[in-house]
Amino acid sequence: MSTVTTDPHAHAEHEHHHGPAKGLKRWLYTTNHKDIGTLYLLFALTMFFIGGAMAMVIRAELFQPGLQIVQPDFFNQMTTVHGLIMVFGAVMPAFTGLANWLVPMMIGAPDMALPRMNNWSFWILPFAFSILLLSLFMEGGGPGFGWTFYAPLSTTYSSDSTALFVFSVHIMGISSIMGAINVIVTIMNLRAPGMTYMKMPLFVWTWFITAYLLIAVMPVLAGAVTMVLTDKYFGTSFFDAAGGGDPVLFQHIFWFFGHPEVYIMILPAFGIVSSIVPTFARKPLFGYASMVYATSSIALLSFLVWAHHMFTTGMPVFAELFFMYCTMLIAVPTGVKVFNWVATMWRGAMTFEVPMMFALAFIVLFTIGGFSGLMLAITPADFQYHDTYFVVAHFHYVLVTGAIFSIMAAAYYWLPKWTGHMYDETLGQWHFWCSLISVNVLFFPMHFVGLAGMPRRIPDYALQFADFNALISIGGFAFGLSQLLFVWLVVKCIKGGEKATDQVWEGAEGLEWTIPSPAPYHSFTTPPEIK
Amino acid sequence: MALKHQPIVVKLCLLTAAMFGFGYALVPLYDVFCDLTGLNGKTSSMAATAEAAIPDKKREVLVEFIARPNNNMPWVFEPVVLKLRVHPGEIHRIDYLAHNVTGRAMTAQAVPSVSPGQAALYFNKMECFCFTQQHLTAGQQLLMPLQFYVDPALPEQFSTITLSYTLYEVDAATPVTAQTATGDNNE
Repeated sequence: MSTVTTDPHAHAEHEHHHGPAKGLKRWLYTTNHKDIGTLYLLFALTMFFIGGAMAMVIRAELFQPGLQIVQPDFFNQMTTVHGLIMVFGAVMPAFTGLANWLVPMMIGAPDMALPRMNNWSFWILPFAFSILLLSLFMEGGGPGFGWTFYAPLSTTYSSDSTALFVFSVHIMGISSIMGAINVIVTIMNLRAPGMTYMKMPLFVWTWFITAYLLIAVMPVLAGAVTMVLTDKYFGTSFFDAAGGGDPVLFQHIFWFFGHPEVYIMILPAFGIVSSIVPTFARKPLFGYASMVYATSSIALLSFLVWAHHMFTTGMPVFAELFFMYCTMLIAVPTGVKVFNWVATMWRGAMTFEVPMMFALAFIVLFTIGGFSGLMLAITPADFQYHDTYFVVAHFHYVLVTGAIFSIMAAAYYWLPKWTGHMYDETLGQWHFWCSLISVNVLFFPMHFVGLAGMPRRIPDYALQFADFNALISIGGFAFGLSQLLFVWLVVKCIKGGEKATDQVWEGAEGLEWTIPSPAPYHSFTTPPEIK
Repeated sequence: MALKHQPIVVKLCLLTAAMFGFGYALVPLYDVFCDLTGLNGKTSSMAATAEAAIPDKKREVLVEFIARPNNNMPWVFEPVVLKLRVHPGEIHRIDYLAHNVTGRAMTAQAVPSVSPGQAALYFNKMECFCFTQQHLTAGQQLLMPLQFYVDPALPEQFSTITLSYTLYEVDAATPVTAQTATGDNNE
């Protein structure tokens, strides 16, 4: 826009390409993918701290045996809402935020395909979580039946906040589905000329597949919560044996959603790590095509394994074996991915900046979480592990050191592109090492207490678990405090710092590194040519 | 919305609606699946014929009887015998005692469940109080019959079958529809 021209349309053109509006309205009315990405990321960070505060309550209570700080009923509400907030409020919006920021820049599109819907899908989220959080202050308390809201806990035995829980999950689901539709349409229609499907960066590929998973299973979750609502208030009997229903049916419906849901929370992480490792190994990604096929097969298999969450409900042996083998089969494409990441690093000129550190920690610790998942997949062993802290250790390894670490890695990796400033490397390394050590002190001993038989979701425990639980709590507090370093670092990076170059990282490749840092408000208004 | 986006958006919205419907379709699908496999331990609500009742004297199966009133149900409800060793194919009859201890007339419905679930397919009831609703006046006691035999085709792996009944109150507020009488099964 700097050239002087006599073209009569130039002025209108200039009007059209104005920068962001000022003040609050910029954020309320924005249809810009970068603004909405930022909103999603900040929202996820806020929710991460709210859910984290609840985890602190849980760990404070479990610091010693006996009831010290909260009543069992409130403890249950904390475990429930902690889970809901972290899954639907922190991890999923963070990935959607990253998709908003990065997918258009990576495929050379000017914006998301459906910008107004994009605004909607973000702005209904704060309402969903306000409803959920405020329900904690209702008479009878908030939802306390676990994030899995098994019937009849959520129907016969729940408080009236259940209705609010159901509505908030409906809104979260609508938001996710709208986000997913947007991502799919953007990827299918707005790729720059020459950007074939098999040239798309892996983050785009993994999000493409994740979006399909979201569309396939979020409506099933909406159905499940609706059935809970009508069972509780409108006299239906989907899950009530007295009326011909079956509570086990709830678990089938829930986990039909629930298992693909865990891949929704990890596939974009695979994409992030597949972007970061090649940059810092200064080698192209090993086995690009196999990564795409592995991601697709994980997504397809995720629909065939839901009953491995329900081995103890009593199933025919044939069904148990079927779900056991299908579950173990998932280790094959996942193994392909881990192999490819390691092979990418093999003989690479590696450097260890913070994004790479988080990505490396992801590879190691996510694999540990995968292995404990394999242990849980063994049906006879699962009867021992079911509903113990071993399960808690497993899913925190895949979700905290898996999903959350990948989001941290992504934040460090793309922060210079977003803000135009390099982040403080020393502070970042402090954040990484504090997080790495504390997260293992927090979650690793959970394997031991779980194997020894400590049940999950109980505010009190037998005395022999006291020492390990004190250690776990100390790890928990340390991990929570370490994340404050991250906030400090992000604030510092937004405010200023060393100017970032366009490419930012020496080995970075991809369209987003060809535009200036910070990324201009409107990028790729004319599509780039892909060779 | 640009024109080229519209077909994809429409398809994706249809997919969303279809998957919402699929969630509900799982309910009847699950029932059919359970009928075929006995997965959820529900026995047939139809009276069985004595066709397969050819006693197999070489084999013995332990049948255990559990009965309990639902939490909101004040009646006394228990089997007269707690367990029985039976030969598959042998027809037995046992009684369950129901006692309405309240001061008002009440109607009840018993819902059966068999464990292990797959054995439900081989537990044949020729007559059962669970086929109909039970109406007891204040303080009334009733011995309710159950006539059954274990199908000789019961797979070898099952040596014990547990039959459990839960008794629910039937009134306007609780929509009990399961296992209600099918009309011709008590003849």
